[in-house]
Amino acid sequence: MLVLALDTATPTLVAGVARRSADGDVEVLAERAVPSGNRHAELLVPAVREALAAAGVALADVGAVVAGLGPGPFTGLRVGVVTAAALADARGVPAVGVCSLDAVGTGERTVVTDARRKEVYWAAYDAAGARTGGPGVVRPEELAAAGPLVGDPRFADRLGAPVAPAEVTTAGLLRAAGPQLDDPSSAGPLVPLYLRRPDAVPPTSFKPVTTS
Amino acid sequence: MSEPLVVGFETSCDETGVGVVRGRTLLADALATSVAEHERFGGVVPEIASRAHLEAMVPTVHRALAEAGVAASDVDAVAVTAGPGLTGALLVGLAAAKAYALALDVPLYGVNHLAAHVAVDELQHGRLAEPSLALLVSGGHSSLLLVPDLSREVTSLGRTVDDAAGEAFDKVARVLGLPFPGGPPIDRAAREGDPSAIAFPRGLTGPRDAPYDFSFSGLKTAVARWVEARQRAGEPVPVADVAASFQEAVADVLTAKAVRACRDHGVDHLVLGGGVAANSRLRALAEERCAAAGIVLRVPRPGLCTDNGAMVAALGSRLAEAGVEPSAPDLGADSSLPIDVVTP
Ligand SMILES: [Zn+2]
Repeated sequence: MLVLALDTATPTLVAGVARRSADGDVEVLAERAVPSGNRHAELLVPAVREALAAAGVALADVGAVVAGLGPGPFTGLRVGVVTAAALADARGVPAVGVCSLDAVGTGERTVVTDARRKEVYWAAYDAAGARTGGPGVVRPEELAAAGPLVGDPRFADRLGAPVAPAEVTTAGLLRAAGPQLDDPSSAGPLVPLYLRRPDAVPPTSFKPVTTS
Repeated sequence: MSEPLVVGFETSCDETGVGVVRGRTLLADALATSVAEHERFGGVVPEIASRAHLEAMVPTVHRALAEAGVAASDVDAVAVTAGPGLTGALLVGLAAAKAYALALDVPLYGVNHLAAHVAVDELQHGRLAEPSLALLVSGGHSSLLLVPDLSREVTSLGRTVDDAAGEAFDKVARVLGLPFPGGPPIDRAAREGDPSAIAFPRGLTGPRDAPYDFSFSGLKTAVARWVEARQRAGEPVPVADVAASFQEAVADVLTAKAVRACRDHGVDHLVLGGGVAANSRLRALAEERCAAAGIVLRVPRPGLCTDNGAMVAALGSRLAEAGVEPSAPDLGADSSLPIDVVTP
């Protein structure tokens, strides 16, 4: 089965196409990792088109869509999640959501990504790759990491340990989605892992949005 | 060839709207709203609205297609509000619309939310006269537009310099202990009141003021002061009279300026739009003054005045019909999209 994988939980959006065999072997056919800053909405659909073209497949051939559910900055995260939901809905194929941190690195590790506000998103994994802690959001100084740190190296100083650079990959997304792809009826709804409550401070004044 | 089937996505504020039109025929207008979640904050909380849009998006598409009795594969074009509005909220609809357009292999039109408020009237009253003037009033905007060609050229004549009209309704409602959003409860309360009971100020109506701009901040403050003075004096607040007098001040300024703009520009058609256009006094006064000035007034039914997906589909349909170039695949959202950009 051909699978389209999307992730917008980090500043580098990922769009990949992979072939997954019935026994779970994954071959990544094409991947676009695009540094996007906060331009996920502009760049995601072009990246999906490019990945499909590079893989030499049409969207109509895709049998499932995998989406990274974060955690990540909310606005960009939602772009990937709603894109995956809409693509899957329009094609009538299952959409499967996974924790984006599961798709960073392999084996025993603690994954850290930028949560802004001087905090990191984190999750810990054992040698078999099973998640043993997190996902959570914490100040780096307060993170009790297990195993080597991987993810965003800019936090090494505040974590007091080196961080091996690693990002979300198509292979990682497919691996994390394995059980759900084997049994799509087990897939939950595509709900982002926000981990933080909304800043429910209303605008002091809902200003007119027109400028001209 | 039958007219194109267009699906429109609207998520600029707190309404998740998906509308379906064929040509100028409205087939479906599905809506989900997070308004109740914002009530205790007295205003729309952007992050709460964005989360609600994401949750509601696919189910609302399903409702719209079912209501229209069409399949996704029948869709000929997709339109989406690209701005102005709340960025995070806009992006949910934009990303969804781009994905549906990609998956269905149809053109995508990003559209200006304000122009869509004008276009929606074509679903009810047929082709717009051009040029027309449009008065758009809601919780997010108060604008006077000149519309020489809805598919290509819309210009701003005036806008609010401070609060939107709907915002003033929300704040006055709060002062009077009425629920959020303030428009409908003030309209109801005003029915029992005397609109001439209290002479509230009419902003920007002096001879040297900008003729087509609006200001509602002073009015809002004047109402609050008047009510507080009553409360301090231990006297009961005549809620109906305050509501009626406030509503009269808003409707008076809006209609006077709209009629003047029509006269100054030699335009004899006026379209109302936006949530505040559902206000009964604004509709009645506009009716009266337009009739006196020989202006044809067009007001969509209240359900089409408030934000919805049908308005976006209506403008998308208009753009497709006019042969306007669809938007590029890297279309983004612009929270302050200028009104002269009908389709970015
Ligand atoms: Zn609006």
